[in-house]
Amino acid sequence: MADIAQPTLGARGWLRWMWRQLTSMRTALFLLLLLAIGAVPGSIWPQRSIDAARTADYIAQHATLGPWLDRLGFFEVYASPWFAAIYLLLFISLVGCVLPRTRVHWRAMRSQPPRAPGRLERLAAHTEREVGGSPEQVLAAARAELKDKRFRVHGHDQESLSSERGYLKETGNLVFHLSLILVIIGVAVGHLFGWKGDVIVPVGQGFANTLSRYDTFSPGPWVDPQDLSPFSLTMDRLDATFEENVTGRGQFGQPRDFTAHVTATDEPGAAPREETIKVNHPLEMDGASVFLLGNGYAPVITVRDKDGDVVYRDATPFLAQDNNYKSVGAVKVSGATPQQLGFFGLFLPTAVITQESGPSSIFPDAKKPALALGLYEGELFPEGRPQSVYTLDTEKLTQIKNAKGTDALRIWLEPGQTFELPGDRGSITFEGVERFAGLSVRSDPGKELTLASALLALAGLITSLVVRRRRVFVRVSPGTAPGRTVVSVGGMAKGDDDTLAEVVEEILGAVERRMGTPR
Amino acid sequence: MTNEALAQYANLSLYSAMAVFTLAMLGYATYLAGLVPQRDRGAASLAREDAREDALVAAGVASGPASRETLAGAAPVEAGAAEDGAVPERARKAAGIAGTLTWLGGFLLVLSAVLRGASVHRWPLGNMFEFAVVGAMFTVLAFCVWSTRRDLRWLGLFVIAPVLLTLGLAITVWYTEAAELLPSLKSVWLAIHVTVATLSVGLFAIAASATAIYLVKDALQRSGRRSILDRFPAAPAIERLAYSLHIVAFPLWTFTLIAGAIWARQAWGAYWNWDPKEVWTFVIWVVYAAYLHARATSGWSRQSANYIALAGWGCIIINYTVVNVFFVSQHSYSGL
Repeated sequence: MADIAQPTLGARGWLRWMWRQLTSMRTALFLLLLLAIGAVPGSIWPQRSIDAARTADYIAQHATLGPWLDRLGFFEVYASPWFAAIYLLLFISLVGCVLPRTRVHWRAMRSQPPRAPGRLERLAAHTEREVGGSPEQVLAAARAELKDKRFRVHGHDQESLSSERGYLKETGNLVFHLSLILVIIGVAVGHLFGWKGDVIVPVGQGFANTLSRYDTFSPGPWVDPQDLSPFSLTMDRLDATFEENVTGRGQFGQPRDFTAHVTATDEPGAAPREETIKVNHPLEMDGASVFLLGNGYAPVITVRDKDGDVVYRDATPFLAQDNNYKSVGAVKVSGATPQQLGFFGLFLPTAVITQESGPSSIFPDAKKPALALGLYEGELFPEGRPQSVYTLDTEKLTQIKNAKGTDALRIWLEPGQTFELPGDRGSITFEGVERFAGLSVRSDPGKELTLASALLALAGLITSLVVRRRRVFVRVSPGTAPGRTVVSVGGMAKGDDDTLAEVVEEILGAVERRMGTPR
Repeated sequence: MTNEALAQYANLSLYSAMAVFTLAMLGYATYLAGLVPQRDRGAASLAREDAREDALVAAGVASGPASRETLAGAAPVEAGAAEDGAVPERARKAAGIAGTLTWLGGFLLVLSAVLRGASVHRWPLGNMFEFAVVGAMFTVLAFCVWSTRRDLRWLGLFVIAPVLLTLGLAITVWYTEAAELLPSLKSVWLAIHVTVATLSVGLFAIAASATAIYLVKDALQRSGRRSILDRFPAAPAIERLAYSLHIVAFPLWTFTLIAGAIWARQAWGAYWNWDPKEVWTFVIWVVYAAYLHARATSGWSRQSANYIALAGWGCIIINYTVVNVFFVSQHSYSGL
C-alpha cells in the first residue's frame, strides 16, 4: 500500500511542467478566447481613460454596483491587472511556442526532405502508372519536373525521390507571430516615451508648446516634460459649417467641416508659415502632431466696474453640451471690487427659450447668439484649489438676487448689449462671438514600429494562408517489360489541401510527357 | 449638396433588387424542395421520375462544373448534389433562374450604391443604412463569382435569405436620408477601411451560413437521422469550403483593423483608443484567430472549431447592431 512508487517532480520538474502547459496550444487558445471576453466589459461600461466624467456619473448613479465594478477594474479594463495578466500570459505562451518552432523550421530549411515512406499508396494522394524508359531515366525526369515546380528534391536511394516545397508557409506563420510581439513592443514604446496635451486656443490667440501652456498634459513615464520641442502656433481663423439643407432624420445641423487656419513657427525666431489643421488632417510639427479635436464658442465679454473702467475683457471659452452647441462656461472677474464677481451660465449660438427646457439652442452655428448668465460674488478661488475654467466653485460665493430681491438675477445678453449690474457692481457687455479650437498635441515615437510590424504581420499571415506545404515522393520499380518502368507518386500536405491529388496527377503526367509516352 | 432625384433612383434600385432577391430565394427554395428524396414525395411521381432519370444524368454531367474531368481532390465538393439520383429538371431550372436573378439583384445593388454615392458626391459608406446595402452587395457578388467556380446551388437560399433580411432592415429601420459626411469621415480612409471591412463581413456572412449548415448536417448525420442535408455536399467538404472563405476574410479583417488604426491616428490623434467599435473589431479578430488555431490543432474537434467561427459571426452581428446603436462610441455614425 505504502510502496507505490510515485514519480516525484522537483522544483525544476514543476517549472518545466508549468512551462509546457503555458506554451501548449490548448492554453494559447483558452487565453485567446479569454482575451476576447476580457476586452468586452470595456465597451459596455464607461472607461475612465476615455470619459472620466461619464464614469464618475455612472458610479454615482449605481451606489452598490458602481464601487464594486470599480474595485474589479471594470472602469479601467485595459489598464487592469487581470487584463494585463491575460495578454502577458498570452505573449509568454506565444514566445514559448514560436521560438522552438523557429529553431525547428530553421533546421528544416537547411535539411533534405525525409526518406520516402514504404507504401506511397497510403498517403493522402497517390497515383501509379507504367511508362517507357529505364528507372534511372524516369527518376531523372521526375527530378527535373519537381525542380521545375520548385520542389526541394533529394534522392535517399536509387529507387526513390523525396521532395518538399512550401517552406514559406511556416516562415510566414512565424513572421506573423513574431511581428505581433514587435507590435506590442511598439505599443510599449509609445506608452513609455509618448505624451499628449490638450489646449483650448480661441481665435486670435497663440499657443507655445510648453508644459505650462497646456490645460491637461499626460506624459509617458519616461518623458521629460521640460524638454518639449519649442514650436508655437497662432490661431488665425476657424471655419465651421453645419448641415442646413437636408432636413432628414439625424442630418440637419450635423457638422460638415471644421478648418483651423494657423500660423506655425518651428522654434523662436524661425520663419512663420501658414498652415491649416482639419479633422483628418493633423499638422505635423517637429516631434509632435497637432490635431483639431474640438471646437466651440468663446464669447468676447467685457466687465466694467461702477466707474466704467474695464476689469475683465476676454474671449471666454464655453464648453458645448450638445450637438447644437448649448454651452456652459464661467466668467471669473478676480479684479472686481469690493468682492470678486463670478458669472456662470449658458452660451447659445441660436437661442430660443421654451417653456419646457428653458433657454436652449436649436442650431449649432451662431445664427442668433445669446448669453444667459447668473451672477455670484465672494471669493472665486477658495484656498487656491484647482478648478475647472467652465464652472464656479460656489463654496465661498453667494448668488446675487434681482433688483426686487425676489429671485436670482438673470442676465440675458445679445451681441452688443450691455447689462447694468444691480448694487453699483458695474456692467457686463457681450461684445461679440469668437470660436475656439480644441487642439490635441500628441507624440508617439512607437507608432512607426507598430505600423511596420502590423503590416509585416499581415504579410506573414497572407503568406502562411496562401502557400501550401507539400511533400511529394516518387518511387520507380521495373515494369512488365524491359525498358518499361512503374512510377508511383505519392503526396502529403500539411493541413487541408484540396488540390494535392491534382498536383500528384500533374507530376506523373509531366513525367510521362518527358519520357515521350503520351497518355 | 445632395441630389434628391439620384437618391430616389438609388432607393428604387434597392427595392427592385429586393424584389429580384425574393424571386431568387423562391427559386433556390424550389431547388432544395427538388432535392428531397423521391420516396418522400409520394409514390405517384416515382414512375415518371424514373423514366426521366437517364436523360437527367446525361444532362447533369453535361452542364455544371462537374463536367470537367473530376480529379480526386475536386470531387468531394461536387459529388454531393449529383450523387444519390439526379436532381429533377424542374429543380435545376429553378436553381438556374435563381442564379441568374442573383446576378441581376447583385447588379441592382451595385447600381443602388453607385447612385447613392453620386447623389451625395462621396463614397456611399457613411451610415448604417449604406453599410448594410454595400455589405449585402459584397455578399451577393462574392457568392455569384464563387458560384461560377463551384456548384453552390444548395447554399443559395442560405445566402439570399439573410441578404434579403438585411436589406429589409436597412430600408425600414436603418434608413438615413442621403447627406454629406461628418468631418471626421471625410478621408480617403473611408473608402479603404470601410470598404474592406464590408467586403470582409460579406465573406464572413457566406462562411457563417456554410459553417452552420455543416454543423447541422454533421449533428444530424451522427444522430443517424435522414434529412434533405444528405443531398448537400459531404460534411467535410462543406467545412473545407467554409474554411477557405474564412481564410480569405480573416486577412481582410486584419487589414481593416490596421487601416482603421491608421485612420484613427489621423482623425482622433491616437491609433488605438479602446473605443467600443475598436474593441469589438479586435474581439472579432481574436475570435476568428482562435478559430484558425483551433482548426489547426489536432486536439480540437472540427466541430468545436466551427462553433468558435459561429461565435465570431455572432460578434460581427453584435458589432454591427448593438455597438452601432447603443454604445457610446466615437464610431457613432449610424445616422440613427
